[in-house]
Amino acid sequence: MRLDLLTALNEERKARRAAVLVTDLADGDQRLVRAADIQRDPLADALDERLRMGKSGTIESGGKRYFLTVQAPPARLIAIGAVHISQALAPMAKLAGFDVTIVDPRTAFATPERFPDVRVIAEWPDKVLPELGLDRYTAIALLTHDPKIDDPALNLALEAECFYVGALGSRKTHGKRLERLAAAGLSAHAARIHAPIGLDVGAVSPAEIAVSILGEIVLSLRKKPLRSEKDRAA
Amino acid sequence: MLTTDEDILAKAEDWRKEGKAVAIATVVDTWGSAPRPVGSHLVIDEDGNFLGSVSGGCVEGEVVTEALDVIEAGKPKMLEFGVADETAWRAGLSCGGRIAVYVEKVD
Repeated sequence: MRLDLLTALNEERKARRAAVLVTDLADGDQRLVRAADIQRDPLADALDERLRMGKSGTIESGGKRYFLTVQAPPARLIAIGAVHISQALAPMAKLAGFDVTIVDPRTAFATPERFPDVRVIAEWPDKVLPELGLDRYTAIALLTHDPKIDDPALNLALEAECFYVGALGSRKTHGKRLERLAAAGLSAHAARIHAPIGLDVGAVSPAEIAVSILGEIVLSLRKKPLRSEKDRAA
Repeated sequence: MLTTDEDILAKAEDWRKEGKAVAIATVVDTWGSAPRPVGSHLVIDEDGNFLGSVSGGCVEGEVVTEALDVIEAGKPKMLEFGVADETAWRAGLSCGGRIAVYVEKVD
């Protein structure tokens, strides 16, 4: 691999942009195709498909074998609420390879002391989430129990087609959330919300609930192809 | 902490820019039960230091040896590993799968 290609590949990842490295397995010839340039590439269809699946692999085209190194942006977890569950969830998710950010406008909660080694932003979600740039490679966990904080984040996460949207709260709380969603004209997305949040592992403590949430996030990431709802409908 | 294949590629870039000779090994095909998915990387420097994995530790030793040859010769190489053959002095996969590993030098 040429060093300039390796550098470019790493740069695209840092910028959270998808890219595919194409290697001709017969002669070692390589090129890097950025997401924005895929449509102009001779292998456009194959690159597009692989990127949607988020899987590297070998393809054949015109009598040649190519290996496609697919680089989707690293999965990211944004937890809304610098609460007790988040204190357990943040290090666990980090260990599992997620890029973790905590957002909570309440400055008493959102402190670096409570969240060492994790990015904590003491700001309202509707201000900071557009700056963070939500995408299909982002998971959102709503953990505040407070509609003033959770709801704006929920609406933005649904709009951005985040691969996982989970919301803490009882069935009753979620019922009220769905009513507010309907009032905002977003009922069509209701089925995408994981609520009550987390896999049913009988979790009791904050750390156990964090395990159940992380398990559900991994399930959403690995069992469902990361593709657009629009594509799926087509 | 180096946990993802992406972190490993970032390290390959760092090593190369520090002036070390570097090779990247990539799992390009798997058949049957395989410990690491297609696209997994192992990076190797000229001194045999390595990061990442292409199996569960079963064939890394041999991949590192081959990578040193690739660094020397400059030409990429395709390696295949199958079930361990206990009568042969060769690494294998105890899980019963087969993998193909592409090894290339970073120029």
